[in-house]
Formats: sequence, structure tokens, C-alpha cells
Amino acid sequence: MGIIKTDKLVFEYIRRDEEGNVEGITRAVDEVDLDVRQGDFVAVLGHNGSGKSTLAKHINAILYPTEGTVWVDGMDTKEDKDLWNIRQEAGMVFQNPDNQIIGQVVEEDVGFGPENMGIPTEEIWERVEESLKAVGMYQYRKFSPNKLSGGQKQRVSIAGVIAMHPKCIILDEPTAMLDPNGRKEVVRAVRALNDVEGITVILITHYMEEIIHADKVFVMDKGKIAMQGTPREIFSQVGKLKHLRLDVPQVTLLAHELKKSGVNLPDGILTVEELTQELMHVYESRKSAPHLVGLENDRERV
Amino acid sequence: MPIILDHVNYVYGSDTALAVHALKDINLVIPDGQFIGLIGHTGSGKSTLVQHLNGLIKPTGGNIYFNGEDIHAQDYDKKKLRSKVGLVFQYPEHQLFEIDVFSDVCFGPKNLGLSRQEAELRAYAALKQVGLEDEYFYQSPFDLSGGQKRRVAIAGVLAMKPEVLVLDEPTAGLDPKGRDEILDQIAKLKEETGITVILVSHSMEDVAKYVERIIVMNQGSVMYDDMPREVFQHYKELEQVGLAAPQVTYIMQALCDNGMPVRTDATTIGEAVGEIMRVLEKKVRKCPKITCADAG
Amino acid sequence: MLRDITLGQYYQTDSVIHKLDPRVKLIATVCFIISLFIVGSWVGYAVAAVFLAVSVKLSNVPFKFMVKGMRAIVFILLITVVFNLFLTPGEVLLSVWKIRITKEGLRMALQMAVRLSFLIIGSSVMTLTTTPNSLTDAMEKLMKPLKIFKVPVHEVAMMMSIALRFIPILLEETDKIMKAQIARGADFESGNLIKKAKAMVPLLVPLFISAFRRANDLAMAMEARCYRGGEHRTKMKPLKYAARDKAAYGILAVYFGVCIAIGVFL
Repeated sequence: MGIIKTDKLVFEYIRRDEEGNVEGITRAVDEVDLDVRQGDFVAVLGHNGSGKSTLAKHINAILYPTEGTVWVDGMDTKEDKDLWNIRQEAGMVFQNPDNQIIGQVVEEDVGFGPENMGIPTEEIWERVEESLKAVGMYQYRKFSPNKLSGGQKQRVSIAGVIAMHPKCIILDEPTAMLDPNGRKEVVRAVRALNDVEGITVILITHYMEEIIHADKVFVMDKGKIAMQGTPREIFSQVGKLKHLRLDVPQVTLLAHELKKSGVNLPDGILTVEELTQELMHVYESRKSAPHLVGLENDRERV
Repeated sequence: MPIILDHVNYVYGSDTALAVHALKDINLVIPDGQFIGLIGHTGSGKSTLVQHLNGLIKPTGGNIYFNGEDIHAQDYDKKKLRSKVGLVFQYPEHQLFEIDVFSDVCFGPKNLGLSRQEAELRAYAALKQVGLEDEYFYQSPFDLSGGQKRRVAIAGVLAMKPEVLVLDEPTAGLDPKGRDEILDQIAKLKEETGITVILVSHSMEDVAKYVERIIVMNQGSVMYDDMPREVFQHYKELEQVGLAAPQVTYIMQALCDNGMPVRTDATTIGEAVGEIMRVLEKKVRKCPKITCADAG
Repeated sequence: MLRDITLGQYYQTDSVIHKLDPRVKLIATVCFIISLFIVGSWVGYAVAAVFLAVSVKLSNVPFKFMVKGMRAIVFILLITVVFNLFLTPGEVLLSVWKIRITKEGLRMALQMAVRLSFLIIGSSVMTLTTTPNSLTDAMEKLMKPLKIFKVPVHEVAMMMSIALRFIPILLEETDKIMKAQIARGADFESGNLIKKAKAMVPLLVPLFISAFRRANDLAMAMEARCYRGGEHRTKMKPLKYAARDKAAYGILAVYFGVCIAIGVFL
């Protein structure tokens, strides 16, 4: 069993009208089976309202399954006795940078989790220092959070989670409210955690550029897992992604369009370098085989 | 109705030690019917700039003219200006407050002193312009999805029948489809009514796809003001100020650097496909106007 | 900008007063305020003035900052003075039409003016030298005995510190919503009182919704970080008395003793 596992996870919430009568039941998560290995970088994609955030909140035991089971490191989230262990092992970062910082000074905010866990004072200071260094925010430790940019605030939030020494960190659209530079900062910090510290990462997003380094991608739609695979496998299905209200990086889309125009390219190209290489390959081969394209003859003669 | 900014300066907290020179000598002409992209990293002054356009902020130096009239002249009707220059703030759904969608959209026209009937007609037209279906009109705005709320909020500004529509990051936080839908609606609106649209955005891909003119802000000054293909030729300078060009520009540049004779000024997928296919299929070698040598 | 407003206006600098334990400063402020009401003579006020002047000097905060804090209460001060001046019965000093100034009134008015301004300056010495956060910490620690009476001391302190964190954010949000509604033609300024109150609806509804959304998000984020009230909790910055704090308590005790003596014997 992996660090995070779900078995036929279902979550339903009841919609009520103004008088409190039941209007209907919405199935936000519908029979999701997930298995995440320790140390993996997993991305969960999905349009707004696809159920990806609801799924994330189950991993941290903020929500409990209506049906099915969620295990975090072998602990069933429905068991009350494991609640605090689960929340410590599977830390969570949310979307809005302002609404998750509790402290009025950066270092105090990072210390909040360890304080709640009852860690001795000296160790809290050690943890705060190492966590802030891990996300590159140590020089801002005495700052008020209000003076930081969005990307910096999110990195403080990430440090706040790392200070609890989790095995897994779930990021629920951490970049949705940031500008491109803030997004890059946060993704870089998250990747470093995964690479260097070996923390399992579950990144929920709808920015396609952020997931090209993931080990595995799940795409959600209507509460179900609609697609899963490596980024390359996912991005080779441009049509299906578009149908799921998603997109592909511009490079992938360009490759897709060129392919439709008859250029021989592989599926699921992810980076500028890859596409350049492939296109140069096509270009060189056409140049050396002019009968294919009828390349200019004067240059060949010289 | 053109907007002219003449040597506009703005200093925050000018009487304190923490004064910030947010806008430095801005000179711009915004003619009728243009689709303009305003880009710049956070804190470059673009939000401050757009708030000058409808008189929400008064410049500490310089003048702003709308249709030839100084908007900060004593007897100038600011309310009328605000109906002519519609400003949609970031996350505009946070300003919704009425009990149903329709009443919320009526708020603007009612403030203009229009009759109830006229206000409702405008609200209806505006909601149609943003593509919201009738079934949502009498629902609480708070029960809608994120994308729908955003449309309602934009309709709330459109209902004032602005001649200039300024949108501050209208797609922030939306999923890719929601983003395309909103931008396509705006482009369609622009096409049909001929209004001026100023789109503040962080997405170079979006800007490249829709606008005809880009204004780049950096540290309170206008850094570039040109057509997208010209502006994105300066991708290295843009990177230095924390911006970037669309991914397509980088691909074209990389191809060119590797010896494929493509023009490097394509900024959209369509242009790039056309250019790459032209090179791959061409029979007679034509010298491209802009190549790596010029652009590099 | 609105974000720069911090409640209590903490003034960042290095001084003995800044370094004191917040509990000392809190108790000292309370004692100082009480002392102003114990002493009823000018000798007493002189002693208080000396004590205050020394504290202000030691705090390294420019005096004009303290006076700035006074500006906001000048109105209250004036009303108090006027009321005392004109409405205290006693020996008439001056009489114009129906207005009479009495000797007792003049005395009371002066006394109130001195008391109020000392009180304000005294408390601003505390707020200017103590971050709101350490002040909350101090209150939590000092009020701990109240726990026996089931007073939720930790919770109250936590609420205060969260409120302090969100005040600047909500102020900025107010500004933003206000501008957004003005852009839709809203008018917050003209009209009579009822019209003005009505005009606040488009501002207050979104503000409340936003505050609730933030509260909800924050509660979730706190739970996710293992927050479960004050039990089992350790402190990153526990309050500990240093030698200078004990000395400060000593000085305070002497001052307070002198004030009581003046109050009793003079």
C-alpha cells in the first residue's frame, strides 16, 4: 500500500433550500481509487468543480468519505484516534495565500504547526529555521506576512507545513491566485521538496505547465478519475483534455497542430527543447531529401 | 471617445517618508475601438494606471482627457465618466451583493438614474452579451459557479454601456475552458459593438492571441507600446523585468538559432504553424524579413 | 496605504522599554492609570509626570509620535474639559450670560485634562513599544488564573491575535469593494443619513461575505495544521522574566507606593 490510498471513495453533500428542505444530493467525488507511492510527485488536474479539491480535503481528514475508505500511511481517516497523526503526516496548503497565514510574523506562522503538536521550544526554532531555508524564505523570517508577495506567502505556508515534518504534502491549487513569477517560485519550491527531501507531493492545479515534471497525473471530471498516466501520456490526448475543459501547454498544442498539418512528430511533446529538436530533425531530413519537398536546387549544387 | 494621458504622475503617500512613485510621466493615447493588452509584473503600476482612467485615482501630476475634456476639471461629471469607462476589477465576483443576478446587474444602470424599464433592458442585454442563460437570472449570485459569477460581475459593468471597457485580469483563477470562454466573449463583444477594450493580463499567450496593441509597464513607466509581434521580439528585455514572451516565440527563436530559416516574430499558434509549414514546404527560398540575425 | 496601518502603531526601534517583558508593560500601564486616579494633588501629578517622562525618554520613540496619538482624542478631551468647566457647581469665578465658570470647575477641568492626556500618552508608550502579538501573549499568560472560572483565556487571546492579523486585510478589501462599486456608479458621499446608510449595503454585504469566507478558510487551515485549542500546546516564544523585568517591577512598586502615600496623606 502506498502512502496515500483511497478505495472507492465517494463524497456526497446535501443541497438544501432556504427552509432547510433537501433539494438534492450532489456527488462531488465518485468512486475514486488512488494509490500514491512514497516519494512520488503526483498532479491532479481538473476544471473548476470537478471534485479535485473535495478529494484533497479527504486526505487531510478535513472531510470524511460518505462511502469507501481513505488511508494515509496505513491509517484510516475515519478513525478518530489517528486524526492528529494523519494531519501531521499529510500536510495541506490551500489556495488563498491570505487566508491560511495565522501568525503576524513569518517565523511565528511557521512555528504554529509545531506549537500545536507540542514540540519543545528549542526544537520549534530549529524546525522553523530549516523549513524557511528549504523554501528560500529565511531572510524574511521577521517580516509581517502583509508585506510579502503572493508567491512568498505561499512559500511561507509551505514552510509552515514542512515544519510539522510531514511525509506527504497536498497543495490545493496553491498557484491559482498568483502571477506567473509567483507560480514559478512556488512550483520550484515544491519540486525541491520532492527532489531533495523526498516528500511525497500531491499538486492540484489547472495550470498545465506545472505538471510536466510529475511522476503521475490524474485528471478528474465530475468527481471521477477520467484519465491517468504520465504527463506525456496525458498530453498526447489533446482532444480529450479540451473536452474536459482543460488545455495543454502551448508547445504541446503547437506540435499537435503541426502534426495535423502533416509534419511527422511524436505525441505528447512537453518542452520547447523537445519540439525544437524534433522539428530540426524533420527539417534536416527534408533538406537532404529534396524530392519530398522540392527544396531549392541552387544551394544543393554549390 | 479617446482617452489621453498627458504627463501623468502618481505618488502614493506623498506626505510621508514611505512615498512610492507608482506612475512616472505616463503619456498615452487610447483611440476608439482598439483592443489593448496591458502587461507588467505585480507592482509595475498597471492597476494604478487603470484606476486613473475612470477617475478613481487623481494623478498627483499631469492631466487625463476623455473626449477632449479634462476629467479632473471642477465641473466635470465623474459619474458619467464612470459609465463611459467601465472598470472590471480583479475577482469582480467579490462585489456582488444583490439577492438575485438580475438585480445585481441593474445596480449600475440604476445608479445612472435610468428608469427601471431602461435599467432592466440594459441588464438583460448585458447578461446576454456575457453569455449567461436565462435560467440563472433569478438565482442568487452566490449560488453560481465561479465562472458564472465572473460573467455576472462583468455584465454589471457592461450594463452601464461603457465605450471603454477595462478588465483587470478577468480570467484569474478560472480553468482553461472558463478562461477561453470569457476572453472569446469579450473579443466577440468588441467585434460587435466596436468598444475599446483594455485587457490587463499576466498571460502572454492570451494577450498575443487577442490584442492588437500591447503596453508594457515596468516600475511605473511605459516600457514598450507597440504591436504584439514587435513587443515580443524584445523577449530578453521582458525577461529581465520579470515578464516573458509566449512560448511560441521561444520555439521560433530556438528553431532559428538552430539554423531553420523561420521568421521569429510569430506570437500565436496559428502564425507559428503557418511559418513552420512555409519553411518546411517551400520550394523557392525567400529571405525572411526578420531572422535570427536581426532579432538575436 | 491601508495595509500599513497597524493597530496600536508599534514603533520599531531598540530600547530598554521595547525589550521589557510585555507582562511588565501591561501591569505597569494598568498601575500608572490607577495611580492617576489615586493621587488627587498637583504633587502627585508631578510625580506621575516624572515617571511618564522617564518612560518616554527610555522608549526612544520620538515624542511627536505620542502626540500624534493624542490628535484622535482631542475632541473627547475638549468635551470633557468643557463639561467640567461649565457644569461643576461652586464658587463663581466668571459669568457671561448663562454660562458660569466656577473655581471647582476650573480645577476639575484641568485635572481631567491632565489625567486624560497622561492616560493616553502612558498607554501609547505601551502600544508603541510592544507588538500587538506579544501583548496578546501577555494577556493570555496574565489571565491564566481565570481558567479556573472556565474563562476561555486561550481562545480569547487567539481570537484577538487573528483579528489583529486580519484588520489590515479587511481594510484593504473594504477599499477595493468601495472602488469597485464606485466604478458601477455607487455614491457613498452625498445624500441624507438614510440614503447614506442605504448606500452602504453594496459595500457591507460583500464585505461580510468575504469575512465569513476568510474565517471559514482560516479555520480549515488551522485545523489542517493540527490546531486543537490550548491543550498540549507549546510556545515558540515563551514569556520569561529577565533581570531587567524584575528591576522594572521594583521601580514600579516604588512609584506605586509613593502614589498611594501621596493619595492618602496629601
